[in-house]
Amino acid sequence: MLPGVPSALADELTAICGADRVVTHADALRTYESDGLLQYRAMPRAVVLPESADEVQRIVQLCHDRGVPWVARGAGSGLSGGALPVEEGVLIVLSRMRRILDVDILNQRVTVEPGVTNIDVSNAVAPTHFYPPDPSSQIVCSIGGNVAENSGGAHCFKYGFTTNYVTGLKVVLPDGSIEQLGGKGVDTPGYDLLGAFVGSEGTLGVAVEITLRVVPRPAAVRTLVAFFDNTSEAGQAVSDIVSAGLVPAAMEMMDRLSIEAAEGATHAGYPTEAGAALIVELDGSAAECDVGFEQVQGICDSNGAWEIRIAEDEADRALIWKTRKAAFAAMGRISPNYYVQDSVIPRTRLPEVLSKIDELAEEHGLRVANVFHAGDGNLHPLVCYDGAKPGEAERAEQLAGLIVAACVEAGGSITGEHGVGVDKKRYMPQMFGEPDLAAFQKLRCAFDPGGLANPGKVMPTPRLCGEVPGPYRQHPLEAAGLAERF
Amino acid sequence: MAETVLRPEAPASYEETAEALRSYASEGRTVRFRGGGTKLDWGGVAPEPDVEMSFDGLDTIVEHNAGDLTAILEAGVPLAAAQERFAEAGQMLAIDPPDTGGATIGGVLATGDSGPLRHRYGAPRDLVLGMTVALTDGTVARSGGKVIKNVAGYDLAKLFTGSYGTLGAILQVALRLHPRPEHAATARGLSDDPHLLAQAARELSHARFEMQCLDVAWAGGRGALLARFGGSAAAAQAEEAVRPARRAGLETTLVEDDGELWAGQRAMQRSERATIVRVSGVQTQLDDVFRAADRVGGKMVGRVALGLSWIRIPDATPETIADLRAALSPAPCVVLDAPRDLRRQVDVWGADQSVVMRRVRERFDPAGVCNPGVLW
Repeated sequence: MLPGVPSALADELTAICGADRVVTHADALRTYESDGLLQYRAMPRAVVLPESADEVQRIVQLCHDRGVPWVARGAGSGLSGGALPVEEGVLIVLSRMRRILDVDILNQRVTVEPGVTNIDVSNAVAPTHFYPPDPSSQIVCSIGGNVAENSGGAHCFKYGFTTNYVTGLKVVLPDGSIEQLGGKGVDTPGYDLLGAFVGSEGTLGVAVEITLRVVPRPAAVRTLVAFFDNTSEAGQAVSDIVSAGLVPAAMEMMDRLSIEAAEGATHAGYPTEAGAALIVELDGSAAECDVGFEQVQGICDSNGAWEIRIAEDEADRALIWKTRKAAFAAMGRISPNYYVQDSVIPRTRLPEVLSKIDELAEEHGLRVANVFHAGDGNLHPLVCYDGAKPGEAERAEQLAGLIVAACVEAGGSITGEHGVGVDKKRYMPQMFGEPDLAAFQKLRCAFDPGGLANPGKVMPTPRLCGEVPGPYRQHPLEAAGLAERF
Repeated sequence: MAETVLRPEAPASYEETAEALRSYASEGRTVRFRGGGTKLDWGGVAPEPDVEMSFDGLDTIVEHNAGDLTAILEAGVPLAAAQERFAEAGQMLAIDPPDTGGATIGGVLATGDSGPLRHRYGAPRDLVLGMTVALTDGTVARSGGKVIKNVAGYDLAKLFTGSYGTLGAILQVALRLHPRPEHAATARGLSDDPHLLAQAARELSHARFEMQCLDVAWAGGRGALLARFGGSAAAAQAEEAVRPARRAGLETTLVEDDGELWAGQRAMQRSERATIVRVSGVQTQLDDVFRAADRVGGKMVGRVALGLSWIRIPDATPETIADLRAALSPAPCVVLDAPRDLRRQVDVWGADQSVVMRRVRERFDPAGVCNPGVLW
């Protein structure tokens, strides 16, 4: 333990979890100083690794009693700094809570602890069913983190996001109380607190049991990748597919730079002279897929696709997806550093926003790779830079900010699936005005009046919760017409 | 005691709505929100409010972005009018609750009411992308956005959907649309064996069919299983779905002109005279729901995969409701339509308000002026 670090809190945490699951040594704490977004670092006072809901409850209760802020962390793969520790706070790491508590196939529900990985939910119900939200990090990312961030993935254009699949949550609130939201059924009486909690980025409490809806696996899946000269042609193909009334399971686009990077990593044989690769996956009944798949190929052809590769078997399909999902990690091959954003735009604005990004990139003398969920307009511009060159990191950040602004201006959002966290909170005022933020704060205060759960995230500036005014009672002065409430 | 006069208000702007709410809060007056007035009786029996606020003045279809499959509607837009507009572009808003005439998008969202399309497309809360609301502190607050994917800020749209107007007034909503399938066909299976029907229903809900809707109906010892398919291969898929139902022993038919069939399912969710109880169960409870409906002399329709059922009881008493709740526990049984006398005698929600719900209410409407008594 570091000299000077008060140990009372650590002792109390140890009393709950035992010494081997409380980390206070600086070297060991370093493991947890960042999440998947390495630009931000902070050393917490202590890291604690509970193994049960009861331990989580006692830890949160302790933090509440001592007035200590805390941050919940799942696998730490988040890309917005949402699990960045708070200095002077406790980091509650849920990766040891990985029990699958109930697999109720007949009712198409699975209940898990928060540390269970995304892929393990699908594995638990294979081969008949699956869990649709599939972030690229699904092999490592945890369901608890997915709930906090309302994670999406490549297949959410058709299937929806985490929030569409969570039917029940047992949560520990920041005052240490336990609340059950929803359950296995839907439309439970009262407010949709589930809807408010999912995607709240760990600021309303921590989920300790999560009940998810799983769905039957589709009868047929057809996947292709089409290569175009540029993203405008591929973008037009996307628009035409949607206009034709098709709802593909996924539509993913990669531009020249990301094809180059991904190809270097997976050697899938993608033509590196292509300006854009468009992956389209249809699923559903075989009859419906066959009709749709022909339409998709026709649309790609007519928009200038010069090569279309159709996955003939599961291995082909896996390779197409491996190449797509490797794109982020592979970026290291073409650039020492990169800065990723995940802004969203209305799909129809794709061509103009992409050329705006090109323009901005040129102005800043930097390269921007684009790999994105084309169906739902969720861009992932990766601003490439070399952190070793003086000033380049700052320029990259500035460029990323301008790209976000261009997306918001086009009617979009600052984040589609990564969350606001600490990284994008400064962009929040571009989307939301003061009354909007004040309304968010009302919800926050209902759950966490003390502001101890993941403070400093989401909201652009710190806010405190005032007292609840209490039920309306007319003041004698009001009754007499001598005073008014504001 | 002076006779209370219900003051009608129809604000013409968002700011006017918010300002009105602020003044009610400061004056301690209560307000009831009225969309199309088709579900005004739902919820607890509330004391007569001081003001009834309608949304007739806020009925503009602000945007229909056909290429993006999104739309922005003001709260007072009748759902049917919006659907007509979307249909012109071959699109639809996949929210299809029973509409007894003039239901508005604001009212449908405030109650979270849903229809058979929910099987495939989700509940209203799943299709709302963003929402603008007026609060009793006099502010107009926006959350979400108009793109189909967005996680910036808290999802207040979900919080307000189904909140029965108790947190503030819904002014404007952004919604996700879907392509309207050109063709539809329904596989229908009939049986008078509740166990057989429930089993066939479950089998279909676990099958690898992509159905738009999957419903059951049960009345007087006979029931139907209905699986609707949409798209270019609808009839072929329905044909395929008929087979397992037939094997299970159901009398099966393929219905290509199925509009009326589904209108009938929706209509069973409402009643002017009888009592409608909505059961939020799980799919394995379906047999129990059939039996419970029989025992109270009722009929039912249900969404198989969602575990949702609507039981229609001709002459319900508080005992009937209690009996139903006991039989289907722990599934919440919410009384929707019901004669006023019965509503006064039972707890329509059958559930207590949680501490957090109370705290949410206190933060958004501290003076308790919005639809008091309707939810709690």
